[in-house]
Amino acid sequence: MISAEREPEQAFAAPWHAEVFALAVHLNEAGHFCWAEWSGRFGKNLAGARSNMAIYDGRQGLDGSEDYYLIWLQTLIEVMQEKGIVDPETLDALKAQWIDAYIQTPHGHPVKL
Amino acid sequence: MPHDHHDDHAHSLLPPEPALRVKALETLLVRKGLVDPAAVDAIIDQYEHHIGPHIGASLIARAWNDPEFKKQLVNNTDGILAEMGFGGRQGEHIVVVENTPACHNLVVCTLCSCYPWPVLGVPPAWYKSDAYRSRAVSEPREVLSEFGIIIPQDQKIRVWDSTAEIRYLVLPMQPKASFGLDQADLVGWVSRNSMIGAGLP
Repeated sequence: MISAEREPEQAFAAPWHAEVFALAVHLNEAGHFCWAEWSGRFGKNLAGARSNMAIYDGRQGLDGSEDYYLIWLQTLIEVMQEKGIVDPETLDALKAQWIDAYIQTPHGHPVKL
Repeated sequence: MPHDHHDDHAHSLLPPEPALRVKALETLLVRKGLVDPAAVDAIIDQYEHHIGPHIGASLIARAWNDPEFKKQLVNNTDGILAEMGFGGRQGEHIVVVENTPACHNLVVCTLCSCYPWPVLGVPPAWYKSDAYRSRAVSEPREVLSEFGIIIPQDQKIRVWDSTAEIRYLVLPMQPKASFGLDQADLVGWVSRNSMIGAGLP
């Protein structure tokens, strides 16, 4: 059964969904990849996630919310990695720096690197 | 200081793991000069506050009231949308498919989630779900009944599979009860789902 919500309350359910969506749109508009390349790759990853789900946990498939943006993020990292622009080690290091920044920044202050 | 003891809530709340990965990715891309954070914020603002189903609804309402505009919208969609400032940013073409008593149109993207962003904004979660993406093609009548829509047996259902290049917007039939209303009042009749074909006005 498809849950048939009538109208969207908000475009994005979480701020990071909006951020990762906009990053891909921005990189596309700046010419780093064309949209056909993006949707081909993204579609492949969606299909892969779906068959993994069916095999490993018997779920019905992606529900199109959080899981969708996780694959969007995975696809964006893959595409930029293939172009030699990002690498996993640097991403891990930056993630660790962001965690530190959040822990060290007093509540209510903007968190910056 | 009275509050110099360790306090679990003194620091900022840690965002979820994927949010941290997005931050790391954005930081790296900004440092490489590939991403302008202001441009990313502008895109978010556009899709959160400015681009949404109200745009499509205003087009449909106008088409219902203005046969000449309707002709333009159906036959010269890209031209008229570009003229109105709703052109596709990803280079996509938008095709308007008109419901008739003989044919109901339903839009899906079986590959991923291609959708007419410039006129409907970002798609709802159900449009992106595996359940909808697979079943809209194999059993559209059943899917529509789950949305509360019963399509008469003598009305054909045509399913349009969107691609990176071509996105579809359904032009629903105007309900008789709305005949004679002006465009501003008609907008309220046009639901988002009706412009995907998963609803009726």
